[in-house]
Formats: sequence, structure tokens, C-alpha cells
Amino acid sequence: MSVTAFLTDSTLCIGCKACEVACKEWNGVGEDGYNWSGYSYDNTGSVGHSTWRHVKFVEGEPQPGLGGNAGEQLSWEFSSDVCKHCEEAGCLEACPTGSIVRTEFGGVYVQPDVCNGCGYCVVTCPFGVVQRNESDGRAFKCTFCYDRQKVGLTPACAKACPTESIKFGEINELRLAAQERVEELRGRGMDDARFYDPLDTSVQGTHAFFIVRGDPRTYNLPPNPEVPTIYLKTGWRSSALGAALLLGGSLLAFLAAPGGGNGKGHRSSRR
Amino acid sequence: MTTEPVPDRPEARPSEARLLEMRSIAEREGRVHAAGIRPPGAPFPKASPETGYYGMPLLKQPQWKWQVPLYFFVGGAAGASAVIGEMARWVARDRQLARHARLVAAAGAMLSSGLLIGDLGRPERFLAMLRVFKKQSPMSVGAWVLAAFGTCSGAAAFSDLVSDYFDAAPVRLIGNVAGPLSAALGLPLHNYTGVLIGATAVPVWNRNIATLPLHFGISGVNSAVSTLELLGNEHAALNWMGMGAAAVETWEGVHLERRSEAALEPVKHGASGWLTRIGGVLSGPAPLALRVVAAATGARKMRRAAAVSSLAGSIVTRYAWMYAGRVSARNWRLPLEIGEGRPR
Repeated sequence: MSVTAFLTDSTLCIGCKACEVACKEWNGVGEDGYNWSGYSYDNTGSVGHSTWRHVKFVEGEPQPGLGGNAGEQLSWEFSSDVCKHCEEAGCLEACPTGSIVRTEFGGVYVQPDVCNGCGYCVVTCPFGVVQRNESDGRAFKCTFCYDRQKVGLTPACAKACPTESIKFGEINELRLAAQERVEELRGRGMDDARFYDPLDTSVQGTHAFFIVRGDPRTYNLPPNPEVPTIYLKTGWRSSALGAALLLGGSLLAFLAAPGGGNGKGHRSSRR
Repeated sequence: MTTEPVPDRPEARPSEARLLEMRSIAEREGRVHAAGIRPPGAPFPKASPETGYYGMPLLKQPQWKWQVPLYFFVGGAAGASAVIGEMARWVARDRQLARHARLVAAAGAMLSSGLLIGDLGRPERFLAMLRVFKKQSPMSVGAWVLAAFGTCSGAAAFSDLVSDYFDAAPVRLIGNVAGPLSAALGLPLHNYTGVLIGATAVPVWNRNIATLPLHFGISGVNSAVSTLELLGNEHAALNWMGMGAAAVETWEGVHLERRSEAALEPVKHGASGWLTRIGGVLSGPAPLALRVVAAATGARKMRRAAAVSSLAGSIVTRYAWMYAGRVSARNWRLPLEIGEGRPR
């Protein structure tokens, strides 16, 4: 079985949301309300328990000009967001039940028959992806179409994408393809095209990487995501210090204190 | 959503000078650009490196309900109480204090389990917590510690109560083994919750990972001491431990106030900031002063007041940190700024 990945190319995305619909239909994901965020054509805002693919609509700031907002003065990019399936995944490390596992394809998968809805993955995901569905009780996120991959099929979103903005394939091949695509775009004059794959961070790369234009922060992609396990060492050191303080402090207090305390209510033992 | 005032643009204000300027632009360029439209509420959130994606939060807010901060309080007190109990038993030979401490530990462990199970999205699956042991997951470590602690503290309390009616060697043996074991497990139990929330993506929590476990643990000691005092134990060691805990809590408060980082905003400003401060004063300087007076004058009322203040402070502190975590997760700016200025 080969290790796979998504390459989502925002320069090819047309914002049709076929990926969102395909994901919902294939995976039986519940509705998330008919709401408008008011931010361009976005109506879910972010990925979450009921949105496993989310098309971002990145509007450049309209420049006031003759006759209002002239077309050529507005940039409009689309990018289909998804769980990053981190190489070093915060949710997977934190999951106390072992419900979240790494599949043979390299994806991060929440086993719905094991999850007990403790909610710890929600706060340990550096990309704010996984979320507890309060009406169901369990945590949900993109499964990387584990069921489809098992039988050799392409994930639903990639299959439904009409422009091949969402590419699916072997991870190393896709990384190479992404580099080539960025070179090609730059060669054509799109100087701000760049590849987002946080390899040199504690997340150590992802199984869902992106080609975006300009600063990745515009797409809410953090340049330096952190896997929260990096804080464990400092935390347990503080915990050990606290334990030593309690042990030493209480020993000292009981050794030094006059046995009888300072009043009635105390009965000392005969032993 | 951030709302900034609409910038006043003098060049767009109608005036004789503006009309003359238009005339000269028209002569020079052949056309004049309109000043543009500024609808009410403008400028709107936008997608940019400075504002992220329309200023929408990247992180998800903690979805834990009211049970979890209350568990932080109860579990902290139970763990510390087990340690105090064994010290009272083996060092001070104070049987009443030892018994009360064992009972507080056992009752706290039971209540803790109930609270944690109550918060689960699927409470009937609570046993899934003991499917695996993962040392890299503070919640897994905590679940195992709590399960073992509950067993040991329960056995210790059982042995203590039964020995009144049936003082046999096996009963004493259970107490003598389970008691010290519950104290050993109480050490991690009383402060691991600081590691639990510190090792997350929530900025205000992970920026305080170096002191949160110590802070939560000391808060647990403070409440264990106070509970035992309110149960009628007046051993001077309790007052001294309470004094020490209040002193550390005071230091923690000063430490927080003196640091100025954007990530600390939620524990300093707004409602969550004030809640943190109220919790800090109630568990730090207030009981410290009362206990010093109590030690000097032997005033029992002062000790009881200190105990009540500490307990209230300990509860408020846990809710304040949870609240601050929610506020912090809504900050869209901080996760995008991680590592800025750090050599890559």
C-alpha cells in the first residue's frame, strides 16, 4: 500500500464546491445550516465536524475606483481546505482512547466505533480541524476517504473536482508535482505562487498540501504550526516540581509542627 | 469581527479646493477618479496576511462543559489530600486527620470520575479510556492515574472505616498498602491537569505550560488543606501548608501580572482576566494574610475564613483558566504568528 496525499492547487480552483458536496454525500455528513458568512461566497467559515472540505473564497481588498469596484481591481482566489493529516498529528498523539489512528495510507483516521467524545483532540489540533458534534457526542473530521482508499478508489472530493485542483496520489510524486507546478506558474509570471507544506516545523509535513498565491496566512494557513506534544517536557517538569514541593512541604510541616495543633478537635494516636 | 473607524479622508471632502483639484486632474489625465464608496461599517474584515482569513479564528474552542473545570478542582484536592493523609498517619500520627484525608481523597476520586464521565460525548464508552496507555497523551496518563487512585484511595478509606469494627490484620494490611499507594498516585493526580491543558494548541494555555501544573497543583493543596480544616482538623501543619500554598499562589499571580505577552491577554483583560484575578486574590494574598494572623494570634475564625477563601479561589481559578482558553482560541492572529522572528 502506498502512502498517499492531497495536493490542492488554488490556482486551478473555480470555487464550485463540488468537493464539499461530494464529501458530504459520500460520507453521509450532516448539514451545517443554510448560512452566509458574508465573506465572499463562503458559507461555512471553516472546516469542522460537519464540513470536511471547505472552499475558501479569498477576495483581495476592493480598490475604490471609477464606477465603483472595477473587475480588474479585485483579485479572487479559491482554495479547498481539508484536514492536513499531519505527519506528527496533535489529535492522534492526544487521543486517550486510541480511537485516532494512522492508516496504512498515512492518513489520520478517527474510528467512530471507539471515540467516546472526550474532546481532547479538539484543543490539540494546530489547524482547528477536528470538532465534537454535540448532538452525536463524537469527534469528526476528514477520513481521507479511508473506505474508498481501502478498495483502491480516489477520495470523493478529488474524484468530483472538475478542474483537478484537488490531486490525489503517492505523496512523494505529489510533492514533486507540486514543485514543478509552482516553477511552471512562476515561469508564466505568477510570481507569488507558493507551495505550502510545513515540513520544517514540529508538525513535520502533512498529507494535504496546498499551492497558494502570496502569503499562506491569507488562507488561514499558519506558517509555523506546532504539534502540542512539544510542550510535554516542560509541563511534566513543572508537574514534578509541584509534586516535590507537596511531598517535601507536607513532610516538613508535619515534622516541625507541634503535634497537638492549636486547639481541640485534634486527637493524637496511640500508635 | 474587528471594526475600525472609517478613516477621514480630507481629499474626499467637498470644498472649493477639491473642485479646483478635480479640474486640474481632468485637464491633465482626461478623467477624474471618484473618491469611492465607504459603506457604514467599513472597512470590512478581509483576507490578508495581517488579518488572516477574514479574521476568522483558526483554532476550535474547547468544547468541555462545566464538569471539566470542576473536576480540575475536585481531582486536585483529592490528590493532595491523599498525600496529606499519609503524612498525618505516618509522620504526625494524627488518626482523625488521616481518616478525614483518606475520606476526602476517596470521595473526591468518585466525584471526579462522575464529572469526567458526565462530560464525555458518549458517556457509556468511558471504559474506552482504559483501552490503551499513551504516555504522550496527558489525558491517557490522567485517566489511568485517576482509575488507580480511585481504587487505592477507596481501599484505604474502606480499611480505615472497617478497622473500627473489625480490627484484623488483613484489613490493616489493605490500609497500609493502599494508603501510601494512593499518596504516590496523588502526586501526579493533583497537578497533571496543568499539563493536560498546557500541552494544547490554545495559546494562553501552552504559553503558561512552565507554571500551569505547579499552579494547579498548589491550588489543589490549598483546597485540600482548607477542606480538612473545615472538617474540624486544627493541626498546625495544615495552617503552615496553607500558608505555603497561598504564598506560591501569590507568586504565581505576581508572575502573571509582570509578564506582558499578547498570548496572556485573556488572563489579564476582559471578563476572563478579571475572573483570573479574583481567583488569584482569593487563593493567594487573602488566605496568606488571614493565616499569618491565625498563626500569630491562634484565632480559629481567621483560619476558617482563610479556608473558605482558598476553596472559593481554587474553584474560580479553574473556571477562569477554562474561560481564558475559550477566549484565546478565538484569537485568529496568534496561531498565524507562531515562530515569527525566530530563525528558520
